[in-house]
Amino acid sequence: MDGFIELRGIRKRFQGVPAVNDASLTLNRGEVFSLLGPSGCGKTTLLRILGGFETPDAGRIIINGQDITDLPPNKRPINTVFQNYALFPHLCLWDNVGFGLKMAGKPRKFIDQEVERMLDLVDLLDHADKKPHQISGGQKQRVAIARALINKPQLLLLDEPLAALDLKLRQRMLLELDRIHDEVGITFLYVTHDQGEAMSLSDRIAVMNQGRIEQIARPMEVYEAPSSSFVAAFIGDTNFFKAHVSGSVGEDYSTLAIEGVPSVLAYNDKKLQRGQQVYLSIRPEKFRIQREKPAPTEHLNMLKGKVLDIIYLGSNTKFRVECGGHVLMITQQHARFMLDTTPLTWEEEVWVSWNADDGYMLQRYEEADARLLDLPNEEESVP
Amino acid sequence: MKNRSKFPMFVTIGVLVFLYAPILVLIIYSFNDSRYPGAWQGFTLKWYRTLLEANSVEARDIWRATRNTLLVAFCATIISMVFGTLAAWAMYRFRSRLQSLHQMLVYAPLVVPDILMGISLLMLFVNVNMSLGLTTIIISHTTFCISYVALVVLGRLQDFDHTLVDAARDLGANGFAVCVRILLPLLGPGIAAGGLLAFTLSVDDFVITFFTAGPGSTTLPVQVYSMMRHGTPTLINALSVIFIIVTFSVVIFSQRVLQKRDNSHPHI
Repeated sequence: MDGFIELRGIRKRFQGVPAVNDASLTLNRGEVFSLLGPSGCGKTTLLRILGGFETPDAGRIIINGQDITDLPPNKRPINTVFQNYALFPHLCLWDNVGFGLKMAGKPRKFIDQEVERMLDLVDLLDHADKKPHQISGGQKQRVAIARALINKPQLLLLDEPLAALDLKLRQRMLLELDRIHDEVGITFLYVTHDQGEAMSLSDRIAVMNQGRIEQIARPMEVYEAPSSSFVAAFIGDTNFFKAHVSGSVGEDYSTLAIEGVPSVLAYNDKKLQRGQQVYLSIRPEKFRIQREKPAPTEHLNMLKGKVLDIIYLGSNTKFRVECGGHVLMITQQHARFMLDTTPLTWEEEVWVSWNADDGYMLQRYEEADARLLDLPNEEESVP
Repeated sequence: MKNRSKFPMFVTIGVLVFLYAPILVLIIYSFNDSRYPGAWQGFTLKWYRTLLEANSVEARDIWRATRNTLLVAFCATIISMVFGTLAAWAMYRFRSRLQSLHQMLVYAPLVVPDILMGISLLMLFVNVNMSLGLTTIIISHTTFCISYVALVVLGRLQDFDHTLVDAARDLGANGFAVCVRILLPLLGPGIAAGGLLAFTLSVDDFVITFFTAGPGSTTLPVQVYSMMRHGTPTLINALSVIFIIVTFSVVIFSQRVLQKRDNSHPHI
């Protein structure tokens, strides 16, 4: 943590409605940092504030020790890749890419040399004379990146850069972005609503919701140890259980009482005391589902349930299993050849088990976040 | 294919006759050897000679009026291009509660009858003690030309992507550079189209000019009107033919140019 770029207590309201609410974060030199959240969570506003297109109501932005909060966009060492690329339609690719250096008043020879280098970096040297409307979406994207990088900014902002591309192209561009980042080593701030993009590209992720930053962590931590029900539900799928601590087992484990099912064991990293209420989040793939009762081991939880629904997806199968009034979403990978086994079927009695370490206690829980989950409809949930 | 209806062809011919027959008559009668329209008296080129040699009072008046008309149209067009564009930009960029009122006030001159505009402008000039002349005509023409330019430019702005301005700012362009390198090239065709419309309307205007013109500052439409009543109408026929030739040349030329541009820049 060298605190290369710092946002302190940024606030912004639009017509009285808070868009960004007390957001603070620190970016390290050379890292790829993602702002991840659903649309309307304030991530784009935060990016526009960094770019200088919006003025924050409160808070400071510091780059390399210099306060740039009051600088206009053209005076900031920051460049942006816009969501719709915003290429200048009347200029050819060469002039688009060279625009920044021209504005900086660099000599012609230097500009030509740099433009050639950047177009080469994004592999578009052959199209330099074309106008933006003559090239494809993916190519436009690369021009936008080259144009933003040519001024050698301290920070590159990317506003949903892949949103307008189709799936295959998006995956290719992700790899391309990764390669470009490795090559130029500039700090990237990547704004997206796509958790896949954020997870695969970022060193760290800030998950935003309703103008607030819910959690800042590495992708793996965000997934495995979400700080709130929102993070748990927005990134991947999960199962929530309302529980209260009913006892302790050893120093690190607690038993939790959950309505309708026998008490379960959970790793208690929050040091909760007996009687305190807690919400437990268990990812679908952490469960095991089988016909026979599993052999009990020290920290294994097991529940008896009934299969409600089976969705076969090839590499894995999604099950909906009812256990004591709760409907669990369970994903099983198929590592073995499937045709040799008798698969589970509807209405079958099964055993669901998971390790005590795989349930994660949430610090904050909002009822509304459960709606983000891929849950069954109300009327068909419990028979 | 053979049995296709001939109806469209008849309609087309009918429309062409409707549009161009009067002009054709005008062209023919410009060669009529008579001071007044009516019976054909024989072929002559003397009206053209009179006009081009400018050796009569009437011909000199006509050329002075033509010069006034072009001067007024040129000034009114330039001024309204600047202010009309600024007005359109303001309406595009800034949203306020008075937005719709503002918009209505800018567009009002398009629908207000010319006679009202003419009378109110005349009253204004008299009240501020401004002597009527070319200046007052230019001011009057600018008032309605601004509206047309604003209308055309605002239409152009509706599909203008404002992130282009953000992008230019982001890449280090200051306000001036954004105007010169982004806005003018992209809005230029719209501003030019508005200007062309303004020019045409200004050259054409009779009613407002009639009220706000002073002695010696007559424009062509007003001059032609007075000559129809007290002068030599056939001279006007000749003048009209010259104008038709100039106008058609401009139209054909500009279409050639536009076609060329369309081929090289399909989206601009």
